[in-house]
Amino acid sequence: MVEEIGTTDEGDLIINIGPQHPATHGVLHLVITLNGETVRKVEPHLGYIHRSIEKMCESLSYRQFIYSTSRMDYLSSHINNHCCAMTVEKGLQLEVPERAAVIRILMDELTRIASHVLWWGAMAMDIGAFTPFFHAFREREMINDIMEETCGARLTMNYMVPGGVQFDLHPNFHRRVKAFVKQLRNKLPEYDELVTHNAIFKSRTKGVGILSKEDAISYGCSGPTARASGVDCDIRKTYPYEGYEKLQFEQAMSTDGDTYSRYLVRMVEMRQSLSIIEQLIDNIPEGDFQAKTKAVLKLPKGEFYSRVETARGEFGVYIVSEGGTTPYRIKFRSPGFSNLSALDHTVRGQKIGDLVAIMGSFDLVIPDIDR
Amino acid sequence: MSAETQPAKFPGLVQETAGGGILSGPLEDVINWARSNSLWPLTFATSCCGIEMMSTAGARYDFSRFGFEVARATPRQADLIIIAGTIVNKMAPVLKRLYDQMADPKYVIAMGACAISGGPFFYNTYSVVKGADHVIPVDVYVAGCPPRPEALLHALITLQEKIKSGGKRERIEIDGSTLK
Repeated sequence: MVEEIGTTDEGDLIINIGPQHPATHGVLHLVITLNGETVRKVEPHLGYIHRSIEKMCESLSYRQFIYSTSRMDYLSSHINNHCCAMTVEKGLQLEVPERAAVIRILMDELTRIASHVLWWGAMAMDIGAFTPFFHAFREREMINDIMEETCGARLTMNYMVPGGVQFDLHPNFHRRVKAFVKQLRNKLPEYDELVTHNAIFKSRTKGVGILSKEDAISYGCSGPTARASGVDCDIRKTYPYEGYEKLQFEQAMSTDGDTYSRYLVRMVEMRQSLSIIEQLIDNIPEGDFQAKTKAVLKLPKGEFYSRVETARGEFGVYIVSEGGTTPYRIKFRSPGFSNLSALDHTVRGQKIGDLVAIMGSFDLVIPDIDR
Repeated sequence: MSAETQPAKFPGLVQETAGGGILSGPLEDVINWARSNSLWPLTFATSCCGIEMMSTAGARYDFSRFGFEVARATPRQADLIIIAGTIVNKMAPVLKRLYDQMADPKYVIAMGACAISGGPFFYNTYSVVKGADHVIPVDVYVAGCPPRPEALLHALITLQEKIKSGGKRERIEIDGSTLK
């Protein structure tokens, strides 16, 4: 544990936040240099949940390694699994059946909503409103029920496999998703009423923590964090995969780059995801849910990369294969790591009280950063 | 009220008198009963299990029904650590310190496979502690990856039963000296 407390030569106070602190959403350790109430510098210390997943994957087969990615960004576990499955399919040159592709998109979008709903509750809680948390979990439990019925798990699903999905949809899936879409459509105005149009919330987030477009690009930010600064970086639009090019949806964008616009982008994204689900739920094609694959997968010698848009940004999987049944090297490009690197720049000059609001709007998942 | 009709779970005997009742019983039983119904957990989550812990705090599962609603952010005010997630080598001293900072009596629940034994990260990793009980003593283990909220509720009730029964905590002994 780093013991860095005291004052600098210039008389600035150094304080630690974390690794055990509810506002860090996990075990992030921040060493903050303060001049009065103004933040001079923020230094994130990582590694408190470094589980050596990349190293571990080198000894797991191409079917097995996917499960460990559910535990990285556990709020977008479907989307992580999706990316891994896509990379393996790229290596095998495997075509995914149409039905499987549609199921994957549906699951991805449900996961995105579940993640954003949870973020909404947690962000409000960071700022000091506890009630939204309970509203958020009301809707989230409905998604968990859908996931549980079809995938067999509530949080770490491991549903996407190379070649398609593991099981066919549950007979109740259609009905439950319809009910959920209706419920969330009704409740989103309530969310807006509670938080979006709340005067206190607005005054705490508007104009706070501005990240310019140039900085967002140079720090490698992605996802809602970068889109709030005006970078059009939605992988679903710029490099469409799995049939996203056929769907009607808009990139949620803003140009202000402050905490409030990062909040608004996610609220718009929830509505976009709902509309994607509505477009697909009545048009799930019949057919196989999984392509025929060999029991033991062997990737040809080479390097494979694919990327997806998770709830937090661009997630990439890079596999180096030597032709065997296990990868030679795996590298995950996690969105949280790059977004966190922009935190120091964004927070400098802001008040210490705003640090938590800014961090909340970055939507960090620490195991995703540490891996 | 006679001894036969008293509430089964309440320790001691209640003798009805005018305007109230007199409770007689071993003081320890009464204290344990009181303790078991007001456990304040520390908001401590390292990874995925934390989300299921949040679900348990949510309206559907609602662990405040059993007296756990006052989640504290500081270990000095908490009675219970729910180790929700993997403990890695860098985190282990922090966990030990958090445990030391808590006031007695203190209890620990290991939630999920990672906290029990390293779980999915048991093999081929260089940084994961293979079970949180290498660092601090654990009272109740909950299996699952992550455990369902019902499983966590069951663990919380099990811990309450354990406290009510007055069971002594096992103490870890290293080189003849007892650690708290």
